[in-house]
Amino acid sequence: MNETAFYLFGAVAIVASLLVIAQRNPIYSVLLLIASFGALSGLYVLLDAPFVAVIQIIVYAGAIMVLFLFVVMLLNAPHEDTEFDERVHPLLRPGPMRFGAFLALVLVGELWWALGRGGDTGAFPGGAVSSVRVIGRSLFTDYAFPFEVTSVLILVAMVGAVVLAKRDNPRDRRDRGGV
Amino acid sequence: MVTLNHYLILSAILFSIGTAGVFVRRNLITILLSIEIMLNAVNLTFVAFGRALGSADGQIIVFFVMTVAAAEAAVGLAIVISLFRHRESLNPDSFANLKW
Repeated sequence: MNETAFYLFGAVAIVASLLVIAQRNPIYSVLLLIASFGALSGLYVLLDAPFVAVIQIIVYAGAIMVLFLFVVMLLNAPHEDTEFDERVHPLLRPGPMRFGAFLALVLVGELWWALGRGGDTGAFPGGAVSSVRVIGRSLFTDYAFPFEVTSVLILVAMVGAVVLAKRDNPRDRRDRGGV
Repeated sequence: MVTLNHYLILSAILFSIGTAGVFVRRNLITILLSIEIMLNAVNLTFVAFGRALGSADGQIIVFFVMTVAAAEAAVGLAIVISLFRHRESLNPDSFANLKW
């Protein structure tokens, strides 16, 4: 039963991720990525990590993806404008794009090679750490400093996002000598 | 029987899809989404290894990765909005100049 669930969730995650990068309309990409995250959340449940599964849905699918969706709808520029034909295979496209697709293929080869060397890992051992109590205790004792640094990081990101996305005030512009 | 290798291979496939997306797509939003795919592939590896080693550290690192991903998405999307105001385009090729 576990096996069936693994292959089901894995297939959904891979197909949804492939469709994310195959779509031309970013709104569909964002929605498909949410489907992919749902499948990954199922995989976390199979790995006895319910805490990660829940925050995957709440934080990733619920908060970060909504932010993306909000920006896509705010910009209102669904289709990407390219000079080349979108239907051409990536390996046959001009210069730098062909190089990028080639690099991605090299990465696939490397990962294949690295995983092939590991040998068989066997089944997971018993005694998984799945209780939120253990994770919370570790987070607030061993990882207390990184946890606090994280709060500063979020604050900096918040201020940075506000400053970057702020519309230029016309009055400020005149003071700078007019651009 | 599902082993650690299964999860590592799935994660490698997802990471490769994300990398291909960054290189192949010409849309800033899709490129940011591809980065999210890569981060999630790495998260899956962390949780799988944490499960195999019987330790909670993998899940805690995933917590931190998600925080960084949230910060990255917020700042990245703010930059995208700011760039779009200048050029009315999301194609990274149209942002080739240092000054305009």
